[in-house]
Amino acid sequence: MKIAITSNGKELNSNVDPRFGRCSYFVIYDTESKSHEFFENPNKNAENGAGPASVQFVADKGVSKIVSGEFGMKIKSLLDSLKIQMIVIKDPVKTIQDIIDMLNK
Amino acid sequence: MEVEKLVNKTIKIAIASGKGGTGKTLIATSMFYAIQENFKNSVLVDCDAEEPNSVLFFKANLQRSVEVVQKVPVIDTDKCTFCGKCHDYCAYNAIFIIPPSRIIKVIEELCHGCGACSVACEYDAITEKDMEVGRVNVFVSNEGFNIIEARMKNGVMTPVPVIKAAHKYTVDKQVVIMDSPPGTSCPFIQTVVEADYVILVTEPTPFGLSDLKQSVNTLKTMNKNYGVIINRAGLGDKKIFDYLKSEDIDLLAEIPFDKEIAVLYSNGNIVAAHNDKIKILFANLFESILERYGNSSN
Repeated sequence: MKIAITSNGKELNSNVDPRFGRCSYFVIYDTESKSHEFFENPNKNAENGAGPASVQFVADKGVSKIVSGEFGMKIKSLLDSLKIQMIVIKDPVKTIQDIIDMLNK
Repeated sequence: MEVEKLVNKTIKIAIASGKGGTGKTLIATSMFYAIQENFKNSVLVDCDAEEPNSVLFFKANLQRSVEVVQKVPVIDTDKCTFCGKCHDYCAYNAIFIIPPSRIIKVIEELCHGCGACSVACEYDAITEKDMEVGRVNVFVSNEGFNIIEARMKNGVMTPVPVIKAAHKYTVDKQVVIMDSPPGTSCPFIQTVVEADYVILVTEPTPFGLSDLKQSVNTLKTMNKNYGVIINRAGLGDKKIFDYLKSEDIDLLAEIPFDKEIAVLYSNGNIVAAHNDKIKILFANLFESILERYGNSSN
């Protein structure tokens, strides 16, 4: 299963970016192969509709879950129809490695 | 000034500002009130469609309320080949598409109604439907004053179509006073583009000056005539006066930073209705603008 995590930087010790649509990077983590890949978010500075465009970006990568701090209101119905689960992290000082460890528990 | 000379002249004046809260509505309502004796065939248009409030200052009754609509695309998923061209054409991220999953959706809140997606589609899969984006409300006050309000629907992307629609209801009026939205972006442009003259309201503070410069630069590119009213004069510093002098911009009036004015306004009063000095100031200012910048109708 592939999971998208929003990240402030492109290292495993980077913090989770609290914003979904306008996060700096996405980490796509594969729970089977235990591999990960960083992608710069092309919609970071979008004038309009960063949320839906970011859903499209990660859905194209085949994720079934997204981990972030906050999701905008326009994307809830999109994620529902794509059957992608939102996981909200309330603690912004968690690193990407922390999240991956939690996913593997 | 001889009013007789001015009866055949028409004018549209926008009251605008870069910075919010400088006193646009105070000045728009007061000027509109002050000209009623001589210019009955006039209308106040509240173009601040995101939160219109000018009508609150009058005892006014709603005469009619007209829906304003915008076109949004409807995608026929039977005809759609999921080629993605409509998505590429959309500048507002309003089309969501995942070709492998054969998912395509229109995010109506993001759509500006430009129609580019319909042009892009080669498979006749896109038609258009109407979506309400706001209303134009037409009021007449107990004294017979005409007030028009552009009011956008909550959550809609832009107030521009509603402001555009409101302008259509002013055609038979000699004098149109527009209360503009703040800032220098599309809603401001859509308001001042109609104006023969723009009054920029500012205050003598660093924010007031910084935003005034932006407004002036925008109006210059639009080739508009404009002048400046400094509200809350006496506050802040002199830099704004230096700027006006160096740019050779007309200083139309100074409204003092005065407790009586603030109390009147915050109680929902039109300042000119209770303060003769202000009333005379605006009546005279209006007539001098009409004389210089009005259009001769015959």
